[in-house]
Amino acid sequence: MGEVIVVTSGKGGVGKTTTTANVGTGLAMLEKKVVLIDTDIGLRNLDVVLGLENRIVYNLVDVIEGNCRIRNALIKDKRFPNLYLLPSAQTRDKTSVTPEQMKKLAFELKEEFDYVIMDCPAGIEQGFLNAIAGADRALVVTTPEVSAVRDADRIIGLLEANEIHNSHLVVNRLRMDMVKRGDMMSSEDVEEILAIDLIGIVPDDENIVISTNQGEPLVGSDCLAGRAYMNICKRIVGEEVPFLDLNEKDNLFTKLFGKLKKN
Amino acid sequence: MGLLDYFKKKGSSSIAKDRLKLVLVSDRAGCSPEILEQIKNDIIAVISKYIEIDTDGLDIKISQTDSESHNGSVPALFANIPIKDMKNQVK
Repeated sequence: MGEVIVVTSGKGGVGKTTTTANVGTGLAMLEKKVVLIDTDIGLRNLDVVLGLENRIVYNLVDVIEGNCRIRNALIKDKRFPNLYLLPSAQTRDKTSVTPEQMKKLAFELKEEFDYVIMDCPAGIEQGFLNAIAGADRALVVTTPEVSAVRDADRIIGLLEANEIHNSHLVVNRLRMDMVKRGDMMSSEDVEEILAIDLIGIVPDDENIVISTNQGEPLVGSDCLAGRAYMNICKRIVGEEVPFLDLNEKDNLFTKLFGKLKKN
Repeated sequence: MGLLDYFKKKGSSSIAKDRLKLVLVSDRAGCSPEILEQIKNDIIAVISKYIEIDTDGLDIKISQTDSESHNGSVPALFANIPIKDMKNQVK
């Protein structure tokens, strides 16, 4: 029996879809069987982030309404043999699906998959309730900004109220240079305010923009964000991994620069 | 120079943290500004029966205070109620 994870945030634009794509791909790299579900009905995005937009035949609403079987709607990612996507419907709205139907779908899928990952829409209305309906645990994504942290706090409260007690925090788009200057809250600050356990710190990395442009998740690659996402995956499967030293990039640069200077 | 240093030390992140902590206390308590305004008006009505208070200077807010029984802090309702002219009140 697998596990259903919902990736949520409250506020839009903090990196839910990017996190879903990278964590899902990373778990597949760790040889787990993974299905990603885009629950943002009407605003489909996970497919383009994953680079699977040209392979959609059926979608989530088709499965719920019984127009096709689940396995006909699942898109198999050719790059990773264990990774599947259930895309969202673009021309429908959130009321096409109910939390009970989502719960049933999640239950069916976790019979077959190790991880069922729900990419939650922004907001706290029906789309959110659909996405969390069958969840065993949650990844709460936030950036170190007052608006995102405030919304994350609200989401954490709502998750608790809906009996999801296993929530972990992902602090996304952290800029170490600004944290050092005292102009950005650190991951420790955010963790202290929200009072849930941290599972990942992802630095602001321009490679994310590049990878999204290309439709190829960067998890596992040798950039800081790629390593940060892989560490999240390892922590999800239960490994203990120390948090990345986000100053490393600086250090490498200064090392190189130092060498040049010496020569 | 001393002043500049002081401002440098207190970066905008600590301002963000302080503001967030305050706003989250009232968010979590489920106490909206409207309810707070009603509480304020009720307090004014009750206290005005006995003493004359400065209603414009009255400040009421939800904040955090250290708890003696619990470990850590708990939400608390703070009211700062300035009294007008106590002498004339005591008759």
